Amino acid sequence: MKSLEELRALREKMKSQTDNRGVAGADETVIKVGMATCGIAAGARPVLDALLEEADKRHLHNVSISQTGCIGMCRLEPIVEIFKDGQKFTYVHMTAEKARKVMNDHVVNGNPCKEYLISEN
Amino acid sequence: MFRSHILVCGGTGCTSGNSMKVYDALVDRVQKAGLENEVHVTKTGCFGLCAYGPIMIVYPEGAFYSQVKVEDVDEIFNEHIVKGRIVTRLLYKETVGEDGSIKALNDTNFYKKQHRVALRNCGVINPEKIEEYIAYDGYEALGKVLTEMTPQDVIDVILKSGLRGRGGAGFPTGRKWQFAKNSVGNKKYVCCNADEGDPGAFMDRSILEGDPHAVIEAMAIAAYAIGSDQGYIYVRAEYPIAVQRLTIAIKQAREYGLLGKNIFGTKFNFDLDIRLGAGAFVCGEETALMTSIEGHRGEPRPRPPFPAIKGLFGKPTILNNVETYANIPQIILKGADWFASMGTEKSRGTKVFALGGKIHNTGLVEIPMGTTMREIIYDIGGGCPNGKKFKAAQTGGPSGGCIPAHLIDTPIDYDNLIKIGSMMGSGGLIVMDEDNCMVDIAKFFLEFTVDESCGKCTACRIGTKRLYEMLCKVTDGTATMEDLDKMEELCYYIKENSLCGLGQTAPNPVLSTMHYFRDEYEAHVRDKRCPAGVCKKLLRYQIVADKCKGCTLCARNCPVGAITGTVKEPHVIDPNKCIKCGVCMEKCRFGAVIKA
Repeated sequence: MKSLEELRALREKMKSQTDNRGVAGADETVIKVGMATCGIAAGARPVLDALLEEADKRHLHNVSISQTGCIGMCRLEPIVEIFKDGQKFTYVHMTAEKARKVMNDHVVNGNPCKEYLISEN
Repeated sequence: MFRSHILVCGGTGCTSGNSMKVYDALVDRVQKAGLENEVHVTKTGCFGLCAYGPIMIVYPEGAFYSQVKVEDVDEIFNEHIVKGRIVTRLLYKETVGEDGSIKALNDTNFYKKQHRVALRNCGVINPEKIEEYIAYDGYEALGKVLTEMTPQDVIDVILKSGLRGRGGAGFPTGRKWQFAKNSVGNKKYVCCNADEGDPGAFMDRSILEGDPHAVIEAMAIAAYAIGSDQGYIYVRAEYPIAVQRLTIAIKQAREYGLLGKNIFGTKFNFDLDIRLGAGAFVCGEETALMTSIEGHRGEPRPRPPFPAIKGLFGKPTILNNVETYANIPQIILKGADWFASMGTEKSRGTKVFALGGKIHNTGLVEIPMGTTMREIIYDIGGGCPNGKKFKAAQTGGPSGGCIPAHLIDTPIDYDNLIKIGSMMGSGGLIVMDEDNCMVDIAKFFLEFTVDESCGKCTACRIGTKRLYEMLCKVTDGTATMEDLDKMEELCYYIKENSLCGLGQTAPNPVLSTMHYFRDEYEAHVRDKRCPAGVCKKLLRYQIVADKCKGCTLCARNCPVGAITGTVKEPHVIDPNKCIKCGVCMEKCRFGAVIKA
């Protein structure tokens, strides 16, 4: 360790390993992927993988991503719920592609992807 | 990024409850399911709630599973990790609301009043991975100190924070460092006292096991402040997990260049070695500890000269306790004012206590100074089990004294405890209920000091032994009232004529119990009766004829055949044969056997 910068760079790199270790705070975006049998069968895993990968790539430290049980509308799976700014957004019929777009447009830039929302489907 | 973190407690308490088997099973399941990139299983330091171990917590849900068995792993894995359904049955019951909702851990009684500074990383990071410590701001304080502060700046911050030694005596840490800095010498040493020997105390062990890098970082900061380049951690060999994790931590710190030469590209060099203690209580005394590091028999030496002037190998030395060090990096990063804002006027910050004895939530708690004993015992500790009445709490182990029930609202800090005849000590807190005999407790602690006296001073070596014998007379019922006065006199004699802290404080348990529970001593001496029913020689088991149904159960279970009687007639115990084992009382279904 030759400088503080080196230490800080290592810390930044390690943050991705320890993100999600803790209950999400009020200012965090919480993302939940429905992963009961219905969700998994409809292809929730690639969606979850894509979300985790995007969060890593973009160094998003204020998001909490986890799986949850059956949300109840099995025909609309894979479902992704996003809790952001005190609001709940339910995205349905998700794919890995769509998940990446949601991460970019909604989570990072704050513009919900209306076309994937449950109200539009 | 991992979607799920499973943290399994790897402290000594949970490990002895087989938590490492739970850990292995979880790692195995995760691998078999191919979820290594999504789910991260980590072993951490102590969570504190040792009574409910083995403990594991799953984030980001914050589901706190207690008393987890290897057999439960499959259910937790299949339900919670794979399908996202929390296994409510296995959660710590305090975290489950009446409606089945799950409370955050920090909202439970045990954690609500706690404030974790020294323990901040315990139960959060993997102590065997330096990278995790770094992810939680580790070594940032050392970097800041080396690149932005002068040694005097560091000492000023510590002085201003009001941090006092957590080993027991409460000497201001900044002043200690200042003395060592001002001493002239080409070689100085930084030592860490991890020779935690009080019965029932395990604060230092938990910090070393849960966050060893915090201690290493703080020692490097101390070395920079006083101008030292070599440190020693004196830790007892009875702490194998702590020693192992320290060894790993030192190795990793060397690999990253955080120990060694030119740390952070500056001219500062520092390295660290572990010295194992063989487990002598006296080696927790600073001069005896240094004598032991030097390779001699652990015996104290006279002060002055104080270690800051002439310590290890005759060189200026500072010696601080593990918990003291664990506070240092935080103080550097968050500032002296932040630290000073916690606690009371003369005792700043927080203190870790090891709760033990007759208490529900046995474990490790960290509370701001000034918290009352009532809050610790009832709110955090959950009170005495089986609805028994709280009688007293012993702080400071064999060097401390007891705090009786009527002083339960005393705010805990260094000065208040001294005032009521006890001391902070390193933080062991043993709770006693109405079933504990205070004479017996004093005898227990004195037996310990008799064993542990190094033998250098006559007053301590022979005095404690004689005092112990007098206590035995009291519990045997052969003492006279004059003996009580003699005991008190002997206590003061030992205190005044011993060289080190061990002898000077050894009579404290006797003095404080005699002060607060004189009536119990007198009951033993005058009435030949032990009010708590503990002292066997004064105990007589009797059968109440009215209550006895003559079921013969007691007679059949008595190991010495002391109980006689015919079926359906009241039985009788022969006191000459009775060995006072108490089996009859335990077995009787009618409450007919009583202690007289």
